[in-house]
Amino acid sequence: MVDPVDRLAETVRTEGARILATLVRTAGSLPVAEDAVQDAIVSALREWPRSGIPSEPRAWLTVVARRKAIDALRREATRGAKERDSADLRNLATADLPSDAAVRDDQLRLIFTCCHPALATEAQMALALRTLCGLSTAQIAAVLLLTESAMAKRLTRTRQKIVAARIPYRIPAPAELPTRLTAVCGVIHALYTTGHAPITGAAVVDVDVCAEAIRLGRLVVELLPDEPQPAAVLALLLLTDARRRARADDAGDVVLLSDQDRSLWDRQQIVEGYALLDSSLRRSRGIADPYQLQAAIAAEHARSPSYAETDWREIVRLYDLMLGVAPSGAVELNRAVAVAEAAGADAGLAALTNIAPSPRWHAVRGELLARQGRYAEAVEATTAALTGELTAPERRYRQRRLADWAARA
Amino acid sequence: MPHYLALTYTEDVDWTAPEQADALAEYRQFGEENRDTIRSAAVLHPTATATVVRVVGARGGDVATADGPYAETKEALTGYYVIDAADLDAAVKIAARIPAAWGGAVELRPVITWV
Repeated sequence: MVDPVDRLAETVRTEGARILATLVRTAGSLPVAEDAVQDAIVSALREWPRSGIPSEPRAWLTVVARRKAIDALRREATRGAKERDSADLRNLATADLPSDAAVRDDQLRLIFTCCHPALATEAQMALALRTLCGLSTAQIAAVLLLTESAMAKRLTRTRQKIVAARIPYRIPAPAELPTRLTAVCGVIHALYTTGHAPITGAAVVDVDVCAEAIRLGRLVVELLPDEPQPAAVLALLLLTDARRRARADDAGDVVLLSDQDRSLWDRQQIVEGYALLDSSLRRSRGIADPYQLQAAIAAEHARSPSYAETDWREIVRLYDLMLGVAPSGAVELNRAVAVAEAAGADAGLAALTNIAPSPRWHAVRGELLARQGRYAEAVEATTAALTGELTAPERRYRQRRLADWAARA
Repeated sequence: MPHYLALTYTEDVDWTAPEQADALAEYRQFGEENRDTIRSAAVLHPTATATVVRVVGARGGDVATADGPYAETKEALTGYYVIDAADLDAAVKIAARIPAAWGGAVELRPVITWV
């Protein structure tokens, strides 16, 4: 028999965002809707173990959450805090569940509200994790490296801004859609990056933020299947995530792309990533966007049977295109690495000369110098890399390299 | 209809000077084209004319005045509009047409509606 609490957790996970999305529209307020859904979950925790799992868990939660929202709005009205359109209450009181098409639009509204460019990027990420992924404040705090109370304050401030500044609960007009979708894709990508490459410290987060980002990416692709950008960002995430099991060894230490056991790469994710990238490229006109290019680079790696057989010239070409549409220090650095693989360490070192130094820049330089047998210089460069912020496994890796080269210098 | 205060931050200039005539004409054009949504507006003298007023201690205490604007910023508060807009997206659309939005910046603040 299914445990009622497990079933509740599963329903909240898979249906929570849909229930919330519809309730925000009918209640006309994100904070009221969020509280109502929370209250409904608490009620379910009490009721389900006693009276059994309802036959339609989502419907049960929706109806109870609606009732809680009505109560909250009535209380607000008696306090005189706000004049409430009686139509809102009538809307809420209707018993029937919304159609799938209505739920789809509600989910899109919620996504575009959470990822509104008038909110700070971190606030968008936090709100997306809270309302779209259903993570707790404590979990979000752990992911975004903040204390729980600081996170709670930030979420409250974000909700207040949505209400006070009247950020609309609306799907953007077609003319605005591309820019607004870029913001949504940016949040999804930032969430994945947060889970994939914590800047410092050991991996302590108990939440799989990467999986949450992919889930969100899938949702947006499902809701807007004809838009090229969400498909590209999901392709990028899948092609990157496919390598996840090969990225670290049993001790949790970094395994570089060149040393990864490619049989550990997730073929299913790769195949899905290819298909999404293809459909994204087919649907877009003109120059490729940064997500398409990054996905194309990841696809190029996935295609190659080994590091040595990689088509580095093609990868350099893709990085050149990247520099055209979205120049950044990280892209320049990755391009220099690809140049070194395509044309040798000399060419790679030459490509580095015009780039501003960073811990990673020193690390790359150290690798290239060692490749030329210039071990003393390699040691110096890698020592410089270690003064900056690195994850604990990356730091251990660099220290091993350092010891190796110091012995040869 | 909700109101937003649109504060214009620009170079700290004397708007009455003849060399500002062209810039001022742009603002006038914005004002005319958006007459229906603008509730009120003002253009301010340069920050060199600003005075900060404080009362020492509690109400009724000594009045202390100081020369200068409250905060020194690279771009100065040089004027404002109170505009009508249904929501933030609508307000952003209007704010983006205020000449200060290019070359300077416009800060949008929702105005509290007391019931």
